[in-house]
Order: sequence, then structure tokens, then C-alpha cells
Amino acid sequence: MAKVKYIAGKEPHAKEHRMIFRNVDREGWDTSLATYQKEGGYKQLAKALKMEPKAVQEEVKAAGLRGRGGAGFPTGVKWGFVPPNNTKPVYLICNADESEPGTFKDRYIIHQDPHQLIEGLIISAYAVGAHLAYIYIREEFPEGAQILETAIEEARKQKFLGKNVCGTGFELEIYVHRGAGAYICGEETGLIESLEGKRPYPRIKPPYFPAAMGLYLCPTIVNNVESLCHVKHIIDMGADAYGKLGTPRNTGTRILCVSGDVKKPGYYEIQVGKVTMGELINDMCGGMKEGRKLKAVIPGGSSSKILRADEKFTLKQGDKDVEIGIEDIPMDFDSLMACGSMAGSGGVIVIDDSRAISWVLNNLNTFYAHESCGQCTPCREGSAWMKKITDRIVSGNASPEDVDTLESVAYNIDGKTICAFGEACSWPTEAMVAKFRDELIGDTDGKNAKRPVSKETQEAAKNLKSLTT
Amino acid sequence: MALKVPADLEKEIDKRITHYPESKRSAVLPVLHEVQSHFGYISEDAVVWVAKKLELEPIRVLEVVTFYPGFRQKPVGKHHIRVCRTLSCAMAGSAELMEEFCKKAKIDRSKVSHHDPIAVSEDGQYSIEFAECLAGCGTGPVCMINDDFHEEVGTDKLEEILKNCD
Ligand SMILES: Cc1cc2nc3c(=O)[nH]c(=O)nc-3n(C[C@H](O)[C@H](O)[C@H](O)COP(=O)(O)O)c2cc1C
Ligand code: SF4
Ligand code: FES
Repeated sequence: MAKVKYIAGKEPHAKEHRMIFRNVDREGWDTSLATYQKEGGYKQLAKALKMEPKAVQEEVKAAGLRGRGGAGFPTGVKWGFVPPNNTKPVYLICNADESEPGTFKDRYIIHQDPHQLIEGLIISAYAVGAHLAYIYIREEFPEGAQILETAIEEARKQKFLGKNVCGTGFELEIYVHRGAGAYICGEETGLIESLEGKRPYPRIKPPYFPAAMGLYLCPTIVNNVESLCHVKHIIDMGADAYGKLGTPRNTGTRILCVSGDVKKPGYYEIQVGKVTMGELINDMCGGMKEGRKLKAVIPGGSSSKILRADEKFTLKQGDKDVEIGIEDIPMDFDSLMACGSMAGSGGVIVIDDSRAISWVLNNLNTFYAHESCGQCTPCREGSAWMKKITDRIVSGNASPEDVDTLESVAYNIDGKTICAFGEACSWPTEAMVAKFRDELIGDTDGKNAKRPVSKETQEAAKNLKSLTT
Repeated sequence: MALKVPADLEKEIDKRITHYPESKRSAVLPVLHEVQSHFGYISEDAVVWVAKKLELEPIRVLEVVTFYPGFRQKPVGKHHIRVCRTLSCAMAGSAELMEEFCKKAKIDRSKVSHHDPIAVSEDGQYSIEFAECLAGCGTGPVCMINDDFHEEVGTDKLEEILKNCD
């Protein structure tokens, strides 16, 4: 294979391992099928089509691939949940809604390497027995939707799609379906409702597990863009070799999306667990901005619980418990979970000592208040209350007791709702109140001058006479 | 007044509908996108037209239009600007970006609200609203102008960006 050259300034860091992002910001690369095929594109599809669908599933399971959309659920296991005696059509949906704040990896795959996604999607459809697949793409990627449609058209012309894929008799169509600007469409059952032409109100599980009762109440597999791309590489390398990338139980590579107060924000593809938080921030991202110190990190998308720079965490190493600091946390699913947070969608938001936590939390609470679908009372009312209370705190109109109220609102949402948005919206508040309580209480008196408060927030706080109105 | 849908638009819409062999209703979003991109917004007549096209009660279409922030029931400016409001962009200065845009494009945002988030300049050239995370957090602040995505939009770049709109 040709040696890869990247656009100046976009070269991978030495600690990176580029697989999914091999062609992103690559010199001379484009989105055409010809370019993709020049380097072996669609060879993995041909290889997979020679295997039994079940064998492809087993390969993905053996590789240990965990979903890159948020929950980190093993992809091969999920595929196995389609009921064995099923007689209905099976659907495959690619979740390209990419809307968790802090996450911006799928954007690059879609815009720069669409055929990688389509090849992964076709292999996955073959593995789960789907003949119709949809790519649910957020509305704010209009160009991405067009790129995908062009790529699908090209693939169809080459018989990688259609009634007789590569002459094997396997039939598959893929269509692109555009969302319309709602975060909740990223939640898989909300997505399915949206794809049925309705408001994206998530469905309750049980009974509506998509693998059994999804689109049109038929078995449906929903996978993230990045997850589907990995499938192609698993077929390429074989489960054993793939499983050697990363660490046991946390295999392969994943793309970390870094934003916030570092010198070099951006995407970094690492072997899962082979890079620590400290290496990511200090080496790969060039460290904190001049004269600034690390205050906290939101490690896996806006919903993941914040980690304090001076916190101590306990991790199991072998049989021993070891105490580590934030910079020693390996960037993988299990370690971040053991530290009380999660790897989530791979969006790492780095916060320095110039930021007030009240301001950070208020920004996120505004997001969740805007995005709650409104079906469940705790989430609809609670997310709005959390925003109102932090509006008051940032604008210096709150009382110290408001911090307790804020916390109790969060705990009254978490675990009491139809979908995981309930946790997503309450975790930031729960974690920030627990870890920065004194700072938040200190902020209630209005004397803290370092808060940049927008006019909108000030207005909102002024108009808020009491919390019950 | 019934909506006047040009033949080529209807052809495109009919093609979109074929993507959903199981259920016409699934085509509500794509058909609304086609209608909005042609007419600029979704009028009451458009709701009725789409409902008829997909053999639905109009309420089934209207409830979709009113839920999704991506659909609007009023015209916007010739150049519609969406500035990302969410955390990473806010850290990179999206509040300042919004203020500068409004100053330069002469837009008054004092009357916007949750249900009416878009402000339009008097001459109808520009309109603006905050959007939530646009999945470009590594290169914030980001914004969209119509279908174009702009990254690292420092306030010093605005003059040029607005000029290039026309
Ligand atoms: C509120 C909410 C928002 C979500 N947004 C996204 C999203 O934007 N993209 C995504 O791939 N998954 C998102 N998810 C996760 C999906 O529900 C689903 O688990 C995922 O697409 C499965 O793919 P995976 O197994 O490949 O990770 C979201 C979940 C929740 C609860
Ligand atoms: S938890 Fe929130 S977003 Fe999820 S269904 Fe309930 S109201 Fe909707
Ligand atoms: S926060 Fe602005 S693009 Fe994500």
C-alpha cells in the first residue's frame, strides 16, 4: 500500500494509531470510489461475502468491538439479539446523528471517507441479514448527506449494492435519512420513531429493544458510524490481530475528540487504553494554554461525569488496587468507568482554571433543557429547573440553598425516565455539585467577577422571580 | 391558497418517498426538507400539501414541524446564520461571535424566545439563531450559513464571511 502523506499540520502524533482516520486530512485523498478502490477498497466486502453471515458475526464478537456511539456495548453481542426464530425483515440503521456535545469524529468519516462507512455498513447488513439499511444523519450535515448519497450511487453502479451484491444473490439498499436538529434523535429508539416520520419520542425498554422490536416493530440494529467502520477492519485483520490492538476487553482503536482549553484541540486516533489522559492532554494536545492549569475534564461527551484535576481514583491492576491521579487514567471504557465516569462518545472537553464551574454547568444545562423531548415529567421539568437554577447562580442571584435544590432536582430525574437522556442530563449536575460544591456556593453571592455571563442568561435570571413561577 | 409545487420538486419528492417501501409516513422528514429548501419555510398550506401527499392527517405533519428545530414556520433571511452555542464553542467565544454577527448584519435579537428563536435583519438579508453543538467542537467557534459550515470563526473574520455570502 502507498505510504500515506497528510496535509501539512495534520500529520498524526507519534502516539496515534491511524486506522479509521487513515484517510482523513490525507494529501491527494478524495471521496470517490476510484480513490477508495485504489487502496483495496471493497476487498473486505468480497472477503466477508465468502463467509457465512454467522461467521462474520462471530468474528466481530471475537474481536471484542465495543460500540463507539456512547454506551460501549459489544457490537457482536448486540447483533446476536435478533431473535433466532425471526420471520420479519431485519433493518440496519447507521447512527450518524453525532450530536453529543464535544463529539466530532463521525463528521470527518462522512465528509472525507464515505466509502469506508458504506463498506462497513454493507458487511454489517450481510452479517445481521438486513436487506434495507438507513443512514440517519443529522440535518446540520447537508453536505455530508450529499456526499453519502453520491457514494451510495457509485457503490450501486459497481454492484456493491442492489439486488445482487457482487453476484452473490445478497440484496441490499441503503438510503440516507436526514434528521431535523434534535439531539434526542441520537437515542436509538427516538431515532427509530423519527425514521417512522414521527416526533422522536423514545420508546420504553422493555419491551422496545430495537434488536427485537425496532423500526416498524421489526428487529433493528442501530450502530454508530465509527463502530460500523471498525467492522471492515476486523474482517481485514481477523479478530485475533484486531483484538491485539488496544487492551484486553477494550480492543481496537478509537477516535478521541478533544476540545476546550488545550493548545491543540482536534481528533486523535489511539489504541484504546494505550494512552493516558496526561499523555493525551500534555503530549498530543500540546498541553494547556499558556499560563493556565488543568481544572477538570469531561472525558466522554457532555453527559459524562466531570473529573477534577486533583481527584484521586482507584483502579484495579491485576489483583491490586492502585491509587492514581487524573493524568494516569488510561483512555478506555473500563478505566473511565472505574473512575466514576465513562468513555462515552469519545468527546474530551478540557477545562482550565480560568473557567467557573457554574458557567460550564449552566451552558450544559441550557443544552439539556432545550433538548429534552418532554415525554417524562422528571426530565422535562427537571432539565428546565436545573437550567433556571444555574442561570441564577451564574448571574449571582442565587442563595446557597439553591445548590442543594439543584442537586435534588438532578437525583429526581436520574433513573426515573423512559430513556437515558434522563441520566445524560442529570450526571453533569450531580458530578459538578458533588465535586465543586464550595465553588458553586461561593458563586451564589454575585461577587465572583470572573464569570462571563451572557445577556441572555442575565435576562433569564432577572425574569425569574421565584423558582415556582 | 393551495401550495404551488413545481413539477421538478414534486418529482424529487416522489423519488424520496420510494426510499420507504414499508411506510409512506416515514417520508415526512425528507419531504418537509425538500419543501423547506424550496420555499424557505413550512407554511400552513405546505403542511396540508405534505399531509395529502403522504395520506396523513395534517396534524401528523404539523406536530413534526413544531417539534424539530430544523423546521421553521416563518421565512428567514436570504442568508441564515446558525451560531453554535454549546460548551466547547462557548469556551472559544461563541457569545461574542453572536454579538458581532448581530452588529455587522444589523440584527436585533432582543425579541427571540424558546419558541421563536430566529431574528431577521430589517432588510431581510440575514437571519440568525443559536444552534446546539454542530459537531465541530475541535475548531470552535463554529457556525453555519445556509448549508455552509465555517470553523474557527474569530470576530475578525466576520466582515469577510458576510461579504462572501453574496
Ligand atoms: C440522549 C442520547 C443521545 C445519543 N446520541 C447519539 C449520537 O448522536 N450518535 C450515536 O451514535 N449514538 C448516540 N446515542 C447512543 C445510541 O442510543 C445507541 O446506543 C448507539 O447509536 C449504538 O451504537 P453503537 O453500539 O455502535 O455505539 C445516544 C444515546 C442517548 C441516550
Ligand atoms: S428521559 Fe427526557 S428525553 Fe428521554 S423520553 Fe423522557 S423526557 Fe424524553
Ligand atoms: S460545541 Fe460547538 S460544535 Fe460542538
